[in-house]
Amino acid sequence: MQILVTGTLLGGTYALIALGLTLQYGAARIMNLANGETLVAACFVAFWLFTSLGVTPLLGMVIIAPAALLLNWLIYTGLLRPLVRRAKHRGMLEVDSILASFGLLFLFQGLMLLIFGGAYFNYRFLAEPFSIFGSPYALNRVVAFVAAALVSFLLYLFLYHTRQGAAVRAVAVDPASAPLVAIDVSRTAAFAFALGGALTACGGALLSTFYTFNASMGVLFTMKALIIVIMGGVGDVRGATLAALILGVSETAVASLIDPGLTLAATYALFILVLLFRPQGILGRAAA
Amino acid sequence: MLRRKFSNLLVTAVMLGSTVGVASAQETLKVGVTGPKTGVQTGAAAIVYWPNVQLWVREVNEKGGIKVEGKRLKVELVEYDDKSTPEEAVKNIQRLATVDKVDFIVSPFTTGINLATAPLISRYGYPQLVATGNANDLRTFVKQWPNSFWLQGKASDLSTGIVDTLKTMRDRGQVGNKVALAYVAEAFGLENVDSSKPAFKEAGFDIVYEASYPLGTQDLAPIVSGAKAAKPDAFVAYSYPPDSFALTEQAQIQSFDVNAFYVGVGGALTSFGRRFGKQAEGVMSMGGVNPDDPAYKAYRERYKQVTGQDTDYWSGPVVYASLEVLEQAIEKAGKDRAAVAKAIKSGTFDTVIGKVSFEDNILKKLWTVGQWRDGVFQGINGQGVDGAKEPVKKPTWN
Repeated sequence: MQILVTGTLLGGTYALIALGLTLQYGAARIMNLANGETLVAACFVAFWLFTSLGVTPLLGMVIIAPAALLLNWLIYTGLLRPLVRRAKHRGMLEVDSILASFGLLFLFQGLMLLIFGGAYFNYRFLAEPFSIFGSPYALNRVVAFVAAALVSFLLYLFLYHTRQGAAVRAVAVDPASAPLVAIDVSRTAAFAFALGGALTACGGALLSTFYTFNASMGVLFTMKALIIVIMGGVGDVRGATLAALILGVSETAVASLIDPGLTLAATYALFILVLLFRPQGILGRAAA
Repeated sequence: MLRRKFSNLLVTAVMLGSTVGVASAQETLKVGVTGPKTGVQTGAAAIVYWPNVQLWVREVNEKGGIKVEGKRLKVELVEYDDKSTPEEAVKNIQRLATVDKVDFIVSPFTTGINLATAPLISRYGYPQLVATGNANDLRTFVKQWPNSFWLQGKASDLSTGIVDTLKTMRDRGQVGNKVALAYVAEAFGLENVDSSKPAFKEAGFDIVYEASYPLGTQDLAPIVSGAKAAKPDAFVAYSYPPDSFALTEQAQIQSFDVNAFYVGVGGALTSFGRRFGKQAEGVMSMGGVNPDDPAYKAYRERYKQVTGQDTDYWSGPVVYASLEVLEQAIEKAGKDRAAVAKAIKSGTFDTVIGKVSFEDNILKKLWTVGQWRDGVFQGINGQGVDGAKEPVKKPTWN
């Protein structure tokens, strides 16, 4: 039971890391390698808001999310849209966006190093025991999980039960045909990219309550997010959430029952299994 | 916070600009430094390495410089980023020696990079005062590179310090026989476990739980619950800073109460005491100083003034002391590198960690374990150290 709860909580953390990238890669078709940097930047902002202004990270998200939305929208329209226009096919866009966001990664990392230095940061927020089925768990992780569940649910509602969401899905499935049903592909993609950035930033704000972070840690988060996004099926929010939960639970189970040293091995073993037997992702549809 | 950082940056920029201006005007002592400004070691270096180099250069230049043959020479610092990789560090040393033609170098950061650069540094005849690295077969290294000096002792001394402390506590009836062991699955953790496990066994301790975790993991709830289930009397983790924080927080959340709780690197950071406040009371960690020593106290204060941060209770002062040793040896022997190395070998030096001297190029003064008491990290075990406090039983998390 304890393994299940700890694993589910960890899955929530992973979902927070990965949901943003799912949208960015799935709908906007941008493989954003600077995703982890967005997350770490949000960690820093949350840290700064909390330690110098006393704004709790939960409240801080009200500021962080719109700011990230705007910033990512600007990045998309300013930097990535020209790439999208130029790209003759999906493969070309993928290569170009990987290269461009690779550059962005270094730019963001350099900026954060310049402003905050390279030292480790953390702070204490809701680091209290919270009892579930008689066992104590960290309250900040429980809060992050609840937020992750809420965000996934809202995202699901948005994508599957609103017009705008349907447009995002249409763009994800077939950007070439979407204009036929009067969808402004360019605008919708920009919106999906910006929304993805905002989600990642929310994840960062929540993660900063229990992770120790520094300016050069973004890559770790990007790696994790990539694995989850690919496992879940590119662009599939439900798949990514499911993959995050599976990873969280299996890592915790391996750590508790076999050996904590093997958690990474378990992650990659699962990854390979998915790639071998369901290359389109757990819930992904095979390419037509 | 942000503003202060930013103004620090401006000050540094202005200072850099002005030193360059001065350089062309008068003779200076060129000192080269290569260390991580990016890459995996950035976090640690930003706390214990760079600020100390900065502080030292500032202190020396405010005094008017280092006295060399009757003249005072200001220090001109040449800095490179090694990106946390040995290849880059080797290139930097090469450049410092041949292009910048620096008079002396500050020894690089971490064991791996010090070992990787040692052959080159020794070929150019620079004294290498290793303040952030250690190894087990130091004598072989010293034979190979006679200009290398080691300020952090043997690796096994550092990892077995806690075994010794637990033995003392057991003899007094403060702690039982059962130890839970956790370590990061990377060179640092593996080496420490390799040398401490036999020592635990020899001392008659019973290792009731043992687990490693991958580098970079901060999700350590399973380790803490596993250790807790084994009902140990002491918990020992050879961990890195992020995991040291995570383990301590998890232990509180799961009310994992032991009579001795020890984490590896990171526990001696001032930010550790600040983050955990009263909960830190009694937590033990690798490292230590004598915080009541007036030299350390004065250093701690100046450090805060100049860098705006707090120094730590372990490596930071050692890094600073290594620079003081270099400075005093240069004042004694002049610009000639071989003469300076000789002066380091035989001299006694006044530093922020007290009076120090070398025996076969190894510093015979090493803090191995410290413990948090009333918000201060007190050294409780070491070799050739003064002012070690007695260890106490850890109170329950409250």
